[in-house]
Amino acid sequence: MIEQVKINEAMKNLLYRIADDELIIGHRNSEWTGLGPILEEDIAFSSIAQDQIGHAVALYSLLHEQFAEPNPDAIAFGRSESQFHSSQFAELPSGDYAFSLVRHFLFDHAESLRYSMLTESSFAPLAALAKKIKGELKYHVLHADLWVEKLSKGTEESHARMQSALNEALTYAYGMFEPSQYEELLIEQGIFGGERTLQQKWMEAILPIIERANLTLPMISGIDPIFGGRSGYHSDYLQPLLDEMSEVYRMDPSATW
Amino acid sequence: MVTSLDPRIRRADLEHSPASSGLNPNEHWDTFAIFHQDKRGTAHEFVGIVHAPDPEMALVFAKEQYGRRKKTVNIWAVRSTDIYTFQHKDEDMFSTVPEKTYREASGYPVRKRINKYLEELKAMRHKPVEEEEEA
Repeated sequence: MIEQVKINEAMKNLLYRIADDELIIGHRNSEWTGLGPILEEDIAFSSIAQDQIGHAVALYSLLHEQFAEPNPDAIAFGRSESQFHSSQFAELPSGDYAFSLVRHFLFDHAESLRYSMLTESSFAPLAALAKKIKGELKYHVLHADLWVEKLSKGTEESHARMQSALNEALTYAYGMFEPSQYEELLIEQGIFGGERTLQQKWMEAILPIIERANLTLPMISGIDPIFGGRSGYHSDYLQPLLDEMSEVYRMDPSATW
Repeated sequence: MVTSLDPRIRRADLEHSPASSGLNPNEHWDTFAIFHQDKRGTAHEFVGIVHAPDPEMALVFAKEQYGRRKKTVNIWAVRSTDIYTFQHKDEDMFSTVPEKTYREASGYPVRKRINKYLEELKAMRHKPVEEEEEA
C-alpha cells in the first residue's frame, strides 16, 4: 500500500505546478493593462489576466487549507525563484501582441483541458474547483481562438507576425507538459490523468484552429521541449518578474488595500 | 444628409428622403449596440456600445465590458447601423396634448371592477373545497 504521505506530496506538487503557471502568466498578461490595442480588448485581456490570478489564489488556498502550506500571499510573494514550479513558457516576456495572443491561445487550451480532466479527479476539492471555473476557461478559449484566426487571416504582415510568434512559442509551450516524478502515482490514484494524455488532447484541440487560421505548425518531430521549470530551473526572465510582483509584500508583508 | 452626433446612427430625414449613414468602410470599426439579459425569458436591455470589427468580436468584448459586473445569462450585439430611429427634432410627435387624457388607460375607472372580480374569485376558491368534502 502506498503511503498517504507520498500521495499528499504528489497532490501538493500538482497544485503548485498549475497554480504557479496561472500566477506567472496572469502577471505577464496583466502587463498589457492600459496598453492594449483598443479599449475593449484592453478590458477583455485584463479580465483574463485577473481570472488567471484568481485561479492561482484558489489553488494556493487549497494548498493552505488542505495541506497546511503558508497562506496564499506568502506562497505567491514569499518564495524564491527556485521554489516556483511554473513552466518557462509562462515567464517569457510579453513581447508584441502577436506573441502574447499566441501564448494565451496555447496556454489556455492546455489549461482548459487540464481543468476539464480534473473535474473527474478523485481529490474532491480540486474537482469542485475545476467545475467552478469551467465557464471562465470557455471564454478564454473563445477569445484566443477568435483573435488567432482574425489576425492570421488579416494582412500579410499580421499573418507573418502570428506565424513567427507560433514558431517562437511552440518549443516553450511543450514545456507545459513536463512530467513530474509523481506522474504514475497521480494517474493510479485517479487524481490527474497525466501530462502525456493532456498533451495529446491539447494537440487535437489546437490543430484544427491553426489550420483554419492558415498557420503552419512548426515540425512536430524534432522539437526539443524546454523543460526545467517544473523542478525550479528558470530562465533569466522569472527573477525580475518576481522582484516586481513582490515589491509591496517585501516592504510590508501585512499590507492590505 | 442629416448630420448627427453619432454618424453611425441613421436618422430618418422626415422633410426630405431618407439618407444613408456617413462613414466609409474600414474608416473606423463599427459600433455595436449591446443588449443585456439578466434572466432567461426577460427582455434584453440596451446597456451601451462596443467598437468591434464584426459581430463575433463584439460579443467577445461585450461579455467582459457589460457582463462581468452583474448577473448575465445572455447578450445581444446589434450593429449600430442596423438601428433605425427618429430625429430628436421630431420628438414632438410623442407629446400628448392635455385634452387627450381619454387616451390614457388611467382615465378608465376600472379599479372597482377589478376589486369586485377579485372578491368573486376569492369566494369561488372556497366553494370547490366544500363540494369535494361532499363527494
